Amino acid sequence: MEQTHPMVEVTNLKKYFKTKRGMLHAVDDVSFTIRKGETLGLVGESGCGKSTLGRVMIRLLEATGGEAKFWGEDILRYSAGKMKDMRRKVQIVFQDPYSSLNPRLSVSELIAEPLLVNRVYSSAAERNRKIAELMDTVGLARRLMNAYPHELDGGRRQRIGIARSLALSPEFIVLDEPVSALDVCIQAQILNLLNSLQKQFGYTYVFISHNLSVVKHVSDRIAVMYLGKIVELSDYKSLFVEPLHPYTQALLSAIPLPKFGKKRDRIILEGDVPSPIEPPEGCRFQGRCPYRQDVCKEKTPELRELEPGRFVACHFARTLVPASGK
Amino acid sequence: MNEHTEKNIGQSQHGLKEIFKRLSRAPLAMIGLAIVVVLVFTAVFAGFIAPYGYAEQDLMAAFEEPSGAHLFGTDEFGRDIFSRIIYGSRISLQVGFIAVGIAVFAGGFLGAIAGYYGGKADNLIMRAMDVLLSIPSILLAIAIAASLGPGLFNLMIAVGISSTPNYARIVRGSVLSIRNQEFVEAAKAVGSSDLRIILKHIIPNCLAPIIVQATLGVAIAILTAAGLSFIGLGIQPPIPEWGAMLSGGREYIRDYAYMTVFPGLAIMITILALNFLGDGLRDALDPKLKR
Amino acid sequence: MEDKKLLLDIQDLSIHYVVESGTVHAVEHLNLSLAPGENLGFVGETGAGKTTTALGIMGLVPNPPGKVVNGKILFEGEDLLKKTEEQMRSIRGGKIAMIFQDPMTSLNPVITVDKQIAEMVLLHNNVTEQQALERAEEMLELVGIKRERARDFPHQFSGGMKQRVVIAIALACNPTLLIADEPTTALDVTIQAQVLELMHELRRKINTSLIMITHDLGIVAEMCDKVAIMYAGKVVEYAPTEALFNHPGHPYTEGLFNSIPDLDSDEEELKVIQGLMPDPTNLPSGCTFHPRCPYAVEACSKDVPPMVEIEPGHFVACPVRGKPYLHLGK
Repeated sequence: MEQTHPMVEVTNLKKYFKTKRGMLHAVDDVSFTIRKGETLGLVGESGCGKSTLGRVMIRLLEATGGEAKFWGEDILRYSAGKMKDMRRKVQIVFQDPYSSLNPRLSVSELIAEPLLVNRVYSSAAERNRKIAELMDTVGLARRLMNAYPHELDGGRRQRIGIARSLALSPEFIVLDEPVSALDVCIQAQILNLLNSLQKQFGYTYVFISHNLSVVKHVSDRIAVMYLGKIVELSDYKSLFVEPLHPYTQALLSAIPLPKFGKKRDRIILEGDVPSPIEPPEGCRFQGRCPYRQDVCKEKTPELRELEPGRFVACHFARTLVPASGK
Repeated sequence: MNEHTEKNIGQSQHGLKEIFKRLSRAPLAMIGLAIVVVLVFTAVFAGFIAPYGYAEQDLMAAFEEPSGAHLFGTDEFGRDIFSRIIYGSRISLQVGFIAVGIAVFAGGFLGAIAGYYGGKADNLIMRAMDVLLSIPSILLAIAIAASLGPGLFNLMIAVGISSTPNYARIVRGSVLSIRNQEFVEAAKAVGSSDLRIILKHIIPNCLAPIIVQATLGVAIAILTAAGLSFIGLGIQPPIPEWGAMLSGGREYIRDYAYMTVFPGLAIMITILALNFLGDGLRDALDPKLKR
Repeated sequence: MEDKKLLLDIQDLSIHYVVESGTVHAVEHLNLSLAPGENLGFVGETGAGKTTTALGIMGLVPNPPGKVVNGKILFEGEDLLKKTEEQMRSIRGGKIAMIFQDPMTSLNPVITVDKQIAEMVLLHNNVTEQQALERAEEMLELVGIKRERARDFPHQFSGGMKQRVVIAIALACNPTLLIADEPTTALDVTIQAQVLELMHELRRKINTSLIMITHDLGIVAEMCDKVAIMYAGKVVEYAPTEALFNHPGHPYTEGLFNSIPDLDSDEEELKVIQGLMPDPTNLPSGCTFHPRCPYAVEACSKDVPPMVEIEPGHFVACPVRGKPYLHLGK
């Protein structure tokens, strides 16, 4: 995985939405890189902007500002025609296996859609061969070809979604909460599938989820988002062993562990996530942070590289004096 | 894997068959459907069914009461009312279906654009529709018919335009709710054009409310057309139109009531049947009532 | 399942739904008991019958299409299934209260929260409106909401706060049994932590028995004394929490644990349970889990396995796996 040039470079990416009460900062000045073949996990609670970020970087939503470079070229500046070609390389799998499949199309029609839109095959026979092949790849029995999504369970629907995203042989796939709507057993089956696909075809993933144990399982590196900003970014091991940002610490401590008698010392955060509409200067987390100081209110902490490969956006990372907990 | 639970997958009924199955559980809807089928049959084969031509005059036999020779009697020119009603079904159904066709097409197109693109296009289209809606539709139809002049084609256009806003609203509403579903985003993600998204992914998913409205709309259109003909803005004699026949029989209502009763009944039965069918379809197409 | 005074004792309960494609066996011959003050975790996947069981206890199974076809639900010694609708109405919300999954939809958006709590109090107690409102404010304080906010409408609260209000409503009449159906599933982790903390605190303050319906084994480990694992309408394992987590007996329970990615260690691949949940209108014969079970033997497809006590208080409905664990003790 050692490469000089990262495959994806996102710089100062912003996405604001106009609302009646002011600008909603869904993604606010976010920068990171992704290497070829790796999985970047994107975690955060609802409304932190992780899904918006996933959509903006592949231009399903138009960015307000910033760059998203793939192989050195900023796709946010691409013309419509060039972007259409680019879509073949950059794909997305959606969260909801119910609403992400057109209920009027059969399984084979759903998987054929990207092939038809991009006119990949000229003959129906070739196309059908590809569809069958894709169904094998994602573990869908071929006899389901003419089934309709409403006849299938969530796991198999999600397999259709995955097959559809693989149809154009992409290199980069955004997985937007691909297992959140599924039961644990089915979730495990899909996670294994995604894993083996990556090994087999060398895909690069962005894995978006609110479930930390799932993210940890699939990711090489993890970015933690809070209110539109990345507050911490590092390899998965360091992040779980020694979280640097107070929010990451609280988030990790909040997971109920499925083990008896292993309760963590929980950091209970005060209050709720504040509104992302016209957020004030300073650290976004300071209102709930157990370690806040005056400067946190005035100065927005930059995401800085504290040690090689470990980024954190906190003025006092490593110098926090924990009042409680470990 | 547990194959025995899977055998039905891929074999469930779809589309028309399934809808018909659910429709068949509502007796009133089935009655409505049967009447509509009979009507369509009558209209198509009017030439074979009707014992007389619709303009065939027999002044000797004017104002005859219903009898074996003239089932519904004859009018002031001795024309067979039964035959005229049968030929009239042609006109009424034609007006009903074509006018609604115009309205569905125009309204659907405008509504889809307004719903899908939103913003300025939405505002412009929907405010225009609001203006149309603010005029009572019968008045609007009268105004259009009056300015275009009488005639079958103009009648259909008048009725069509006056009911366009209803369809625009319905389509816009369904498009708005479907536009934000993830499968539309998924279609964008694979590079589909807007036109393909609207035609292949959005329209098929909002057909149900349109079909229901259209069925009820045919009834309204027939009624409006009959109304326009009644006041002389629609079909011109000697072409038999139920509304015009009502109007013609008006003068003789005291002495020869059957001249107005039979066309009136024809209108009533047709409208009732279409309404039964529309209500049944509404239930049959509602996904919430599935299973 | 000792013969001590049980608060709740469900015997041989079966609930079916009749739908077009057949009969859904939502709950099949379910046995379950709960002692006063106990916390029971009720775990299973979507469609396992957890919520239906809860609705059965509350007498709220929608009929039609649902119907309790068999069994008894003894609550404080009396069979709830024999009660009239009027009697049930006074038990519901009074002695047995329920918290639903989605706090957004379980509150009435046009009534202030104090009135919603007071309404519950008025229904079940002989008090004046003033007293009921006073009680409402007390309850809000108990769940950590300031009195000043009593006159606010639900939409003025965040998701976590709404769930606190829902809990306040449920506890307003001092129920002896509280059924919480996935109370934190709709909440974010940090908010979930707040609500779980609150529920812990409340347990210390009031002695209510709790049935916690959840799919999250982590929450069970934290909150419950006993656990019932449900699969396809049946309880397949019932044990004290410690025993269940330290040596799960049923292959399905084991599969559940293996499906959760472990936070403390790296595993390349998760050991998954093969296949899918069976079609509830057409359940497999014998043990309903046998088509997916790695340990299945021929007998599994024929006989319905009885619950076997493999150690004191630890019941497993699997004759194949139940035994070896007795001496393995892993």
